[in-house]
Amino acid sequence: MSLRVLVGVKRVIDYAVKIRVRPDKLGVVTDGVKHSMNPFDEIAIEEAVRLKEKKIAKEVVAVSCGPTQAQETIRTALAMGADRGIHVEIPAKEVERLEPIHVAKIMAKLVELEKADLVVLGKQAIDDDANATAQMTAALLDWPQATFASKIEKTDGELTVVREIDGGLESIKVKLPAVISADLRLNEPRYATLPNIMKAKKKKIAKMKASDLGVDTTPHYDVVEVNEPPVREAGIKVENVDTLVEKLKEGGLV
Amino acid sequence: MERVDEDTLQGLREMGAFGLQVPAELGGVGLNNTQYARLVEIVGSHDLGVGITLGAHQSIGFKGILISGTPEQKAKYLPRVASGEQFAAFALTEPSSGSDAGSIRSRAVPSEDGSHFVLNGTTRDKVTAFIVERSFGGVSNGAPEKKMGIKASNTAEVYFEDTKIPMENVLGGVGKGFMVAMEILNNGRFGMAAALSGTMRYSIKKAIDFATARTQFGRRIDSYGAIQEKLARMAMLHYVTESMAYMISSNMDAGSKDYHLEAAISKCFASEAAWSVTDEAIQVMGGMGFMKESGLERVMRDLRIFRIFEGTNDILRLFVALTVCRGQSLVVLQQALKYPAPTGSHRVNPPAPGEGAKRAKRAIGFADAGKIDDAVAAFGASSETLLMKHGKGIVEQQFLLNRLANAAMDVYSGMVVLSRASRSLSMNLPSCTHEEKLARVWINEASDRIQLNLTALRSATSISNFEDMAAISRDLCEHGNIVAQRPLGI
Repeated sequence: MSLRVLVGVKRVIDYAVKIRVRPDKLGVVTDGVKHSMNPFDEIAIEEAVRLKEKKIAKEVVAVSCGPTQAQETIRTALAMGADRGIHVEIPAKEVERLEPIHVAKIMAKLVELEKADLVVLGKQAIDDDANATAQMTAALLDWPQATFASKIEKTDGELTVVREIDGGLESIKVKLPAVISADLRLNEPRYATLPNIMKAKKKKIAKMKASDLGVDTTPHYDVVEVNEPPVREAGIKVENVDTLVEKLKEGGLV
Repeated sequence: MERVDEDTLQGLREMGAFGLQVPAELGGVGLNNTQYARLVEIVGSHDLGVGITLGAHQSIGFKGILISGTPEQKAKYLPRVASGEQFAAFALTEPSSGSDAGSIRSRAVPSEDGSHFVLNGTTRDKVTAFIVERSFGGVSNGAPEKKMGIKASNTAEVYFEDTKIPMENVLGGVGKGFMVAMEILNNGRFGMAAALSGTMRYSIKKAIDFATARTQFGRRIDSYGAIQEKLARMAMLHYVTESMAYMISSNMDAGSKDYHLEAAISKCFASEAAWSVTDEAIQVMGGMGFMKESGLERVMRDLRIFRIFEGTNDILRLFVALTVCRGQSLVVLQQALKYPAPTGSHRVNPPAPGEGAKRAKRAIGFADAGKIDDAVAAFGASSETLLMKHGKGIVEQQFLLNRLANAAMDVYSGMVVLSRASRSLSMNLPSCTHEEKLARVWINEASDRIQLNLTALRSATSISNFEDMAAISRDLCEHGNIVAQRPLGI
């Protein structure tokens, strides 16, 4: 059995950028800020491409829900080895109000249209840290889920997935079709080579709107306020352990 | 370790970095000039030694085959070099022939049966370019030279002794070698501006990081005017260099063949700008900047060669001035001003002829745009007067040519920043008001320098200064040392 794999790739503010809160305190500054593919999604794409290289998958489709620039993120996925892309265009001003449930509904609909057998998503995006899309997608599809995967192996009609859980590793078997979310140690994503970047330019990206898929993206909650994390206060040096204990008691810390 | 380590080389091979502009069907990546520029900018921001290893190979090494090779030569050689399996080199100068490349002594004699040439490293009337494989025999090389910088890049003398070269390995036709060599060099120069704009980005980032973290006299040093001026000047030099690199690359991609003047200016400008920027970055960092650990010491050493190789800046300035005097390229300059080509691949429609500066002025309130128009007019009048006065003897007037070249460089730099900043403003880019400031200060100061340089061409004081300087130099050389006695008398 050769699988068609759908992989979600989100365009997020680059992990190395120092995030600044917007003056209106309803979000962060995104204008003129470097964006890149969510690192967990890179891992997801890498795993899907490896499945294809092992002939377990027959086609890898990269999906991104986002503004026009999300196509750059899809191009990155194509350069890493995905076969084609789907861009579900979300108007720029609505992007930060897009919730995991919206994306999960879009993914579930695309699974149906594309007749996909496997969905691989990053376990969470580094901007909103929601960690919910994979679980919701599995629920909507009524498919088994294997979240926080750090190893995936194929055994007849099933996948053996090693999950990273509190205090250790858990191995589970899931029947296909399934939804997987990728954890940090699943693999080390490759760098796209220049020839592959050039080839990726010729690969196809289908464009559509959420409404084309019958998904309503009206937000379910309002953002009240966004604040910078508190600035860490300077520490002090103490002479000896006794003073340390005394200071800790004073601060009500022990 | 004075070489690029094998792991890095292998990584670069796998990335396709050795054949960036070779067509994909011949094993390369098939990049256009703008795409190539963007990549070498990245390399330049990391390591110029690696940059020159890649550049010597493809920007000059096999560039001749790429631009002047026959289909057979391309099919035979390009796949081998594009993969990085074999390295290409460009051999032009000789120990007694540097800037005067037409004076080389290596001799290639056709064999009696006419099937090949025999090349020996010792004058021919006409220079011919050949593709020589090491395996032809009689090719050897000296030990790697001990250099100040770009140590990872291998520089060595190549010797030819009775090297047999098949007739089909003549590149660009017998007697056309000088043209081929100049084409290669002209074609590769914009890449240096691109690489060095990357280097400048690196140095400027270091300076900013330091200036915003360092407190002296109770204030962060970026709050002091002395540091502010340095950072601002660094940013302007970078802006001009980057604008030149991408304007030239996009013009080349659009099919322009007449970019020699601009490419020469960009190489001169970029190599001096990068030197100045890195020097000032070290100055911002003070004593820390002098330490190897700051990461700027190596950059400074690596940068020094850029004012020397691929045509010394002194020779290129003469080339710029004489090209301008020949008149043709002034037309090019004026044309460029009428059509301020946008930088980068995102082209906007050119305005109607004669509208360049006016458009910038009208559409976006760029009041300084007119200064460049005035400068071009003044420049044209000056070079004409100079030519009428000296005629063919102009070539001997290097003091004057040097100043004319500096003025030409300022005119061109003003035009590229005007074009880039007006594009950013019309597209309303997030950085457009910042760019407007960079462009305004640059154009104001460039206009002042142009006036100074053009005045020096006719002012009695400066002419007499030039005569004095020539005499001072003659005294030194006759004396073989400093001529002035010590004030102590002993």
